[in-house]
Parts: sequence; C-alpha cells; structure tokens
Amino acid sequence: MNYSEAITTITELLKDQLVICANGMISRETFLIRDRVENFYMIGSMGLASSIGLGIALNKSSRKVIIFDGDGNLLMNLGSLTMIGALRPKNFLHIVFDNEVYASTGSQPTFSDKIRLEDIAKSARYTCVKKVTSTEVLRKEMVKLLESDGPSFLLVKISKNDRQSEIGRVTYSPEHIKERFMSAIN
Amino acid sequence: MLKSGDFAQELIDTGYDFFTGVPCSIIGNLITSLTNRPDVTYIPSVREDVAIGIASGAYMAGKKPAVLMQNSGLGQCLDALTSLNLIYKLPCLLIVTWRGCDGLDAPEHLVMGKACIKLLDTVGISHHIFDVDNTKELINMSYKYVSEKKEPVALFLKKGIID
Ligand SMILES: Cc1ncc(C[n+]2csc(CCOP(=O)(O)OP(=O)(O)O)c2C)c(N)n1
Ligand SMILES: [Mg+2]
Repeated sequence: MNYSEAITTITELLKDQLVICANGMISRETFLIRDRVENFYMIGSMGLASSIGLGIALNKSSRKVIIFDGDGNLLMNLGSLTMIGALRPKNFLHIVFDNEVYASTGSQPTFSDKIRLEDIAKSARYTCVKKVTSTEVLRKEMVKLLESDGPSFLLVKISKNDRQSEIGRVTYSPEHIKERFMSAIN
Repeated sequence: MLKSGDFAQELIDTGYDFFTGVPCSIIGNLITSLTNRPDVTYIPSVREDVAIGIASGAYMAGKKPAVLMQNSGLGQCLDALTSLNLIYKLPCLLIVTWRGCDGLDAPEHLVMGKACIKLLDTVGISHHIFDVDNTKELINMSYKYVSEKKEPVALFLKKGIID
C-alpha cells in the first residue's frame, strides 16, 4: 500500500468526521487526494496532531475525531498516547501511517521497523488496536472503527518506497485552514 | 498573598474555561483548585507542547483555553508556539511561573530565568508580569488580547504572588 491508496481508501468512507493531518507528506497527500472542510492540515508542530485532536475530542463529544498520524510524528510524542488511553475519549480514532521512515525529509529510518507501535498503543490501553497491510482489510476495519467507540488505534503499513517530494504543499494559508476547519466544527 | 482559589475564580470569571498544563510548585495549589472545580476542566499534560496542542484543539472546539507551566517548559513548546499558534492564529493564555527570575534559584533555572522574557520577545509573543495588585487587571487584559489578536499571551508568575 502507498499513501495514495491508503488515504483514498479511508477518505472515501468519510462523512463529516473531523480529520487532523500530521505534517509533511500526510497533509500534502490528503490535501491532494481529498481536500475537505473538515480537514485540519498541521503544517508545523510535528508530533502534535494527536494532542490537537485530543483537545477537540474532549470538547466535542458529538463529533468523531480522526488523526492521520505518521510513525515519525507518533514517536516524537509518545506521551500523547498515555493521555489518550487514560482520558479515553470515545470519539477518537488514531490512524498511523507507518512507512518506517521520515518520508518527508528523504526517507531516513525511524524505529518502527524494530518496535511495534501497535504494542505501545495496547499498553496505553486504547480500546481497540488493529494493524492492516492491504487496502481490502483497511476498508473493512475502517467501516467497523467508524461505527465503534474508541479510543481506537489503526496502524496502516505503508511502503517505504512510495513517491517522495514531487507532491505540492498545502496551498491554503494556516489562518484559512483554521477558519475553515472551525466553521466545520461549530 | 492571593489565595490560589481566588486566582482560579478570577480566571474563570473572566471567561477562561479550559485548562491544561504541567505543574510547578508555584502553581501547585492553583492546579488543585482548577482540578476540583466542577464547572471547568483541567487536563494534566505530559509535556508543555502537548498542553499547547490540546489547548489549540480546545480553542477550535469553542473553548477559551489557558496553559499553566514553568518557564522551563517554554523551551519545550517553542516549536508549537511558533509553527502552530502564531501562524494559525490560535490564541491561548500562558501562565508561566518565573523560576530563576532574580538569579537566585536552583542551577537548572538560572539560564532560562534570565532568558525567558527575551525568548518571547524574539519570537514575538506578548507578555506581562504579575505583581501582588495587578492580577485582576492582567487577566482581564489577557482575555481581551487573546479574543481580539488571536495570539498567545504570556503572564509571568513569580513565587509569592499566590499561595
Ligand atoms: C520539530 C521538527 N523536526 C523535524 C521536522 C522535519 N520534518 C518534517 S516532516 C518530518 C517527518 C515526519 O515523519 P512521519 O510522521 O513518519 O511522516 P512521513 O514523513 O513518513 O510521511 C520531519 C522530520 C519538523 N517539521 N519539525
Ligand atoms: Mg513515516
């Protein structure tokens, strides 16, 4: 699976769920594949997508909050998992696109080839933890997770050799991203 | 010295309704007061930048957030403040305890104690310093600032202002 296939598969199933995209390729790919008013593209503050999403989830229990995280982003803020697992927001779905590298900066290795991120999520007491490696299973799991209470964790294995860099940046200004996203929440 | 409970009341009366942060002994009682209140939320965070992220999410969900931290935590959250709050215009009140303010503190506080004001000036974050009789005024002013400017503002709290 590459980013494009994974993000296409997931976003095809979305309705009005709020999505927080981690910085780098994940925001860019999501912007390119399916820009939605309910998408927040986090272009800086690496690692904080799940914390921003937690702040939303705790204060908007009527809306499902989905994080499009990356392995590098997740590893930069593992503490966030303990907060999510302890505070247990039911409306929280944590998706991690795991390519075992920092693809955005030229595919330098992270540590997720040696340490299982799904085990960390289990230790942090996420309600449901799944790992998928194909688009078929990804679609099936997503359908279930969108309907069930969380906090849930879905690890999506992505090929290391995915296309890099040639994809454009998010063209909206940060302020516009925020204004638009807030109009979709409130 | 102001009671921490009254300080919390002041923040809440002004309009702040969501709190998160990392403890410092100076704000220990304040955090306890906020945690015990049924009308507002205090979420303990694992790091100061995480607190900033949570506060930013809370703001987008309609809250008026405040983050409580020690000045040592300013270093932790500089990337969040500069590449999230300032560019997206995501406001929050930062209540920052000022350890090492007079050069008399534990060694680990001295460098940041001297640098923290300049640090905020460098990145362009507005700041003020609490004293015994300006707490109400500064909290009010901060609320007006975050509401209008949609940027973070820091209020420094030295030891001895609240109990
Ligand atoms: C604090 C900080 N350090 C480094 C970077 C540079 N950087 C941008 S994206 C990225 C990699 C993100 O890795 P991951 O979450 O695995 O996503 P991927 O790049 O694999 O899509 C890095 C290191 C940054 N933006 N901020
Ligand atoms: Mg990666």
